[in-house]
Amino acid sequence: MQTETIAAISTAPGQGGIGIVRISGEQAVAIAERIFRMPSGKKLSDCASHTIHYGYIWNDGHTIDEVLLMLMRAPHTYTTEDTVEINCHGGVFVVKKVLETALQNGARLAEPGEFTKRAFLGGRIDLSQAEAVIDLIQSQNEYAWKTSLGQLKGNVSKKIQELRQKILYQMAFLESALDDPEHISLEGYAHKLMLLLKEYQAELKQLIASFENGRRMTEGIKTVIIGKPNAGKSSILNLLAGEERAIVTDVEGTTRDVLEESIVLDGISLRILDTAGIRDTEDIVERMGVERALYHIEDADMILYVIDASSGLDENDQRIWQKIEEKETIVLINKTDLTEEEEELLLVSKQLPQCLQKETPILFSAKEGRGLSELSAQIKERFFAGRIALNDQITITNVRHKRLLEEALQSLCLAESSIQNGMPEDFYTIDLMDAYAKLGQILGQEIEDDLADEIFQRFCMGK
Amino acid sequence: MAGTEERYDVIVVGAGHAGCEAALAAARLGLETIVFTVSVDSIALMPCNPNIGGSSKGHIVREVDALGGEMGKNIDKTFIQSKMLNSSKGPAVHSLRAQADKQEYTRQMRRTLENTQHLTIRQAEVCELLTEDAAGEEGREKTDRKKIRGVRTESGAVYYAESVILATGVYLKARCIYGEVSTCTGPNGLQAANKLTDSLLEHGIRVRRFKTGTPARVDRRSIDFSKMEEQFGDEKVIPFSFTTDPLTVQIEQASCWLTYTNEKTHAIIRANLHRSPLFSGTIEGTGPRYCPSIEDKVVKFPDKDRHQVFVEPEGNYTNEMYLGGMSSSLPEDVQVAMYRTVPGLEHVRIVRNAYAIEYDCIDPNQLYATLEFKAIEGLFGAGQINGSSGYEEAAGQGLLAGINAARRVQKKEMIVLKRSEAYIGVLIDDLVTKENYEPYRMMTSRAEYRLLLRQDNADSRLTPLGYEIGLIDEERYRKLCQKEEAVRKEIHRLETTVIGVSKEVQDLLRQYGSTILKSGATLAELVKRPELSYEALKCVDEDRPFLTEEVANQVNIQIKYEGYIKRQQQQVNQFHKLENRRLDPDFDYQQIRGLRREAIQKLNQYKPISIGQASRISGVSPADISVLLVAMEGIQKECFT
Repeated sequence: MQTETIAAISTAPGQGGIGIVRISGEQAVAIAERIFRMPSGKKLSDCASHTIHYGYIWNDGHTIDEVLLMLMRAPHTYTTEDTVEINCHGGVFVVKKVLETALQNGARLAEPGEFTKRAFLGGRIDLSQAEAVIDLIQSQNEYAWKTSLGQLKGNVSKKIQELRQKILYQMAFLESALDDPEHISLEGYAHKLMLLLKEYQAELKQLIASFENGRRMTEGIKTVIIGKPNAGKSSILNLLAGEERAIVTDVEGTTRDVLEESIVLDGISLRILDTAGIRDTEDIVERMGVERALYHIEDADMILYVIDASSGLDENDQRIWQKIEEKETIVLINKTDLTEEEEELLLVSKQLPQCLQKETPILFSAKEGRGLSELSAQIKERFFAGRIALNDQITITNVRHKRLLEEALQSLCLAESSIQNGMPEDFYTIDLMDAYAKLGQILGQEIEDDLADEIFQRFCMGK
Repeated sequence: MAGTEERYDVIVVGAGHAGCEAALAAARLGLETIVFTVSVDSIALMPCNPNIGGSSKGHIVREVDALGGEMGKNIDKTFIQSKMLNSSKGPAVHSLRAQADKQEYTRQMRRTLENTQHLTIRQAEVCELLTEDAAGEEGREKTDRKKIRGVRTESGAVYYAESVILATGVYLKARCIYGEVSTCTGPNGLQAANKLTDSLLEHGIRVRRFKTGTPARVDRRSIDFSKMEEQFGDEKVIPFSFTTDPLTVQIEQASCWLTYTNEKTHAIIRANLHRSPLFSGTIEGTGPRYCPSIEDKVVKFPDKDRHQVFVEPEGNYTNEMYLGGMSSSLPEDVQVAMYRTVPGLEHVRIVRNAYAIEYDCIDPNQLYATLEFKAIEGLFGAGQINGSSGYEEAAGQGLLAGINAARRVQKKEMIVLKRSEAYIGVLIDDLVTKENYEPYRMMTSRAEYRLLLRQDNADSRLTPLGYEIGLIDEERYRKLCQKEEAVRKEIHRLETTVIGVSKEVQDLLRQYGSTILKSGATLAELVKRPELSYEALKCVDEDRPFLTEEVANQVNIQIKYEGYIKRQQQQVNQFHKLENRRLDPDFDYQQIRGLRREAIQKLNQYKPISIGQASRISGVSPADISVLLVAMEGIQKECFT
């Protein structure tokens, strides 16, 4: 019953690894053909099912990536629909670009769990797994929702909300005039709306550009170094980054803002965030730093929890425990260079809550570089065991948001061309409503009765 | 107590705009039907504005007509002025509105009812619903559902029927209020129905209180029309009904008049707000936001220094004039004072006071989209009792309720109109699926596919269904088929006829300010140009066949807006996929793991009949719909294995 063709990144793309963009649906082959070129010049639609092809992904006359493309026709595919899988090589950025290209060429971004849903509806998955499918959809939705809002913190969501309100107001004006033409006149309105549309388009373009800029920030496994003041977090960041990235002093509370560094550890890309030490403080600037640290814990993929071996645990550590309870955490007992007794060091870890005792903590010394290889081994182990994953939902969310902004922009352009083509005023609403809906989807808001409410609230109606 | 006992197929309670359509539909489908009214003299009464139609309401009238209803025919017989609103805008928002001769409208409708076979009119107040426990279907747990048996009137007489339609309008516990005066009557002092609400409550039906209002009627002789703008009808009148011969409606039309309130008016209102029952709290009911009283407007929109007042005749044989835009519940003396500040009304004499009216109605979430009560089989609700407002909205519901009440008796599958098929579908879906906190009025913006739901194509959309139902005769159906065939053929001709670069053509293009041709173009391409039309190209289109105006109009619209129409059609196709996924109304959503608690509660409350309807319930998220789809698939497969 589904006919829309969907696309998504189907693996968590790690640095150096292969990322797969999967396209499924009636148009899958046609869309792939539009963006994929084989050196032989052969057409994809002429190729046999279940074959692999070498070639390039093109967008706007540029090569995006050299890929291997797997062509699988219905019904013997995961979703039971025509499916194309594009194996990309060029890292996270490129995989994302390939996905965007597929979306620009007619695919829709898959909803969380949608491939599995289709597989199920296509009869591909056993009935007994129905509940598992539901759980998957639910959990992925919750996750997507969380990250989606998380991504929009700050002024972006506010800007989108404002733009939405402006569009709604214009629609309400138009509609009230259509509903009560003897009351409200539309004379000269087309020209006025034209100018407004230009304004809105400019705002959208700016937002879209900001998505491009912000992109690099979100790549890699988000690793947050956390600990109480002067535990040596900044030293650890410097050690991992291989340079003096952070200022290190003996003074507690030196790090006040969040410092970020992208590094590659044995082929796995990490986004490491050094944060302010957690403690109660009267200093406003430091307190803000603490709040930010706590905020970053929430959507971290992995936590490096640093304990100061020389000073033991206190109430600040307890505060951290609550926050990292459900997080994938590696405990580092730092400053081991100050104490020789290994048993004594491990005694500290016995005071940790159960959830942090499952794995042996790493005895670390940022000063001497002790424990570094053990740390990278542990990260690797956890990564390949699937315990930590690059937060691909963030990547997806980003693509989704940008795509929706682009679609909203497109709708506003269509509204503009309706005016230029001399269409009657009631046609403007069609595209304005589309733009309004798309922007709402970014914020997770549905349309419901917004328009009727706005009409009644803003305009005096009725005889 | 021995009393009258009679048996019918269908009982209709109320003979307003909903009741009339319901009763006519059921009787015309061959079912013995009885319609109750508190006053036979008030059949199809228009107690508020003297118009039929208007923006989006005109669409509904056309749809009622296309399905075989009466409203369109009746207004065509009794209108005194007619206008096509929004005619300078797109075809989707063109709307017919006619001024009715109110008395005549009532008289004609009464005559139609009286002369319809199988239809009995009875003046009596219905006081009680008679029900019994619904027999549980085999293999299903017994539910606490009831089944309708009939009604009891105030005299104790009992009428039995398989289907009962409640179309009580504003009469349930009606109370009319202005200033400190409050009478427990319906409009015009008509008897209220004070007992039926209790019977509804006893049956567990949730009831609420709504409010609406109407302006004063004044004596024509006391108005100075020289201070007002005269408003004429259209030169060429287009009839509402697809069956009315356009020649018969080219009558001499009455005029309406436009004037405005001013600061003086507003000052009087403000100074007397404390005497308004609305602001003092005497009125409890929820009023509509779209049709505010003049005091509401003054309070809500303090920046506006004037509001329009439309002065409209109530009929050809009366001096009463309706003051559209100035409904009020202020005390009589304030009404007189404020009306007299309006230019042209300085010496106005009131015939009937403006008043607000409060009434009981039901929460329409208790209905299926067939308008049948979920809890009581065979009981239907239609019109203002469902929380709507407007004559047209009532008629649309009445017609559908009448059809479904009849189909229930005939053991046929009931009809649901989709949002993509009709404004009536949008109206009913909104009523039964969304939360409504005020009397619901239709607007074109409520229809997401309004480009397809035009008033000009209501016949194409609905007459085939009306034929299938049995309310449209063979001849009318065949005529429609011929019309559609003619439209198809002509569009094809225009799309395939290439017109050369002749001097004639270029001259014509210049004349309309259109870019001249560089090479040949099809006629269809030229029709698409905004400055041109099918009509404009007549003189360069030598092979043009003779076509009726209706056909020519369709050809023009369908070619001109093809791109947009196609786009909406695609959206509709997507929409249908979810709409056609049926849900069992008896399903308990508690069984589905993975639905959020709010979704379960809402789904169990609304009992949607399709996934599409479920998706429109507020509080049910897209993720819930995904879960629902998967779960339903699972359940379905289980049934087969």
